[in-house]
Amino acid sequence: MSEPVEILKTPVKLDYTYSAGQSASRFLRAMAEGKLIGQRCPVDGRVYFPTRGSCPQHGALMRPEPVELSDRGTVVTFSINRVPSENIKLDLPYAPVQVLLDGADTILMHVLGECPIDQVHMGMRVQAVWKPKSEWTTSIGNIKYFKPSGEPDAPFDSYKEHI
Amino acid sequence: MPPPTERALTAPHTLQYTYKRSLGKVLSAFFTGLRDKKILGVRRKDGSVLVPPKEYDPDTAESLSEMVEVGPGGVVRSWTWVARPREKQPLQHPFAYALILLDGAATPLLHAVDAGSEAKMKTGMRVRARWAPQTEGAIRDIACFEPEEKK
Repeated sequence: MSEPVEILKTPVKLDYTYSAGQSASRFLRAMAEGKLIGQRCPVDGRVYFPTRGSCPQHGALMRPEPVELSDRGTVVTFSINRVPSENIKLDLPYAPVQVLLDGADTILMHVLGECPIDQVHMGMRVQAVWKPKSEWTTSIGNIKYFKPSGEPDAPFDSYKEHI
Repeated sequence: MPPPTERALTAPHTLQYTYKRSLGKVLSAFFTGLRDKKILGVRRKDGSVLVPPKEYDPDTAESLSEMVEVGPGGVVRSWTWVARPREKQPLQHPFAYALILLDGAATPLLHAVDAGSEAKMKTGMRVRARWAPQTEGAIRDIACFEPEEKK
C-alpha cells in the first residue's frame, strides 16, 4: 500500500435502450430466420442493407417489398486490428472487412475468418459462416464471420462505387 | 412502408470506455494522499494553497510541487441540492453538491455533502470529510462531506 498512485481509472459508461424501429426490426427478425433482407430506394433503385425506413440520400420511404440478398459478397476494403479491446473477444490480429453483399448497394461491416491475415485483399470473394441454427437470434451476430469463397476476385469496376 | 404490425425490437446498449490516465507527480501525490486519508493541496509562491492541486500556477504558469495537507474540515461556499440522485452519483439518497473551502486551502473542492435534508444546507456551514471504508487512490475515497458536529 505504500506505492504511490500513478494511474487513475476514469471509466465512462452510458446505458441506453436502443429501439431498432420498424424497418431494422424487420431486418433483425429475418436474421433470426437466416435471411438477409434489404430494401430498395424508390428513386434510384439502390438496395440498402441492412434496411432503413427511408433512403438517406433522397429522404424517400423505401419500397415496402423486402429484397432478399445472398450471403456472398466482395471485400471492398478492410483493415487489420492488432490492438486488444475488452469489448472484442476475437483473437488478434484479425481483419475487419467491409463486405458488399451480392445484390446490395451498401456495405456491411463484419470480420474475416479462415483466412491468413496477409492474404486479405480488396475484391476478395467471401461467404458468410453462420452459427448453428439453434443459436440464431435477432442479431447480425448470427453470422460468425465471412470466409474466402474460393471464387476468382471481383473486378475493381464491380465495386469501385462502394468503397 | 405498410402500417407497423409488429412492435419494434429493443435491446440494451451499453457504451463503455475504459479510460485510464497517468497522473504525473502532483496529482499522483494528491491521489496517494486520498488513499492514505489525507487531502493534499499544492502551495503557490505567495503561500496560498490550491485544492485540488495543479501542476502549474494558473496565474504565473510556474511549476508547483510543494504538497500541503489541508482539511479535513472546511466551509461550504456554495451548493446545489440533488433531490433524485442517479445511479453513478456519490450518494443514493438526496444530497448536496457543494464547493467546499477546506481549512488551509485558497480554492474550493467540489464534493457531495450528506446533510440529510435541503433545509440543513447553508452557505457558510462547516463540514468534514467522511472517508470511504476502503480507500484506493480516487476522489471517492472521500465518501462525502458531512456537517461538522458543534462543540
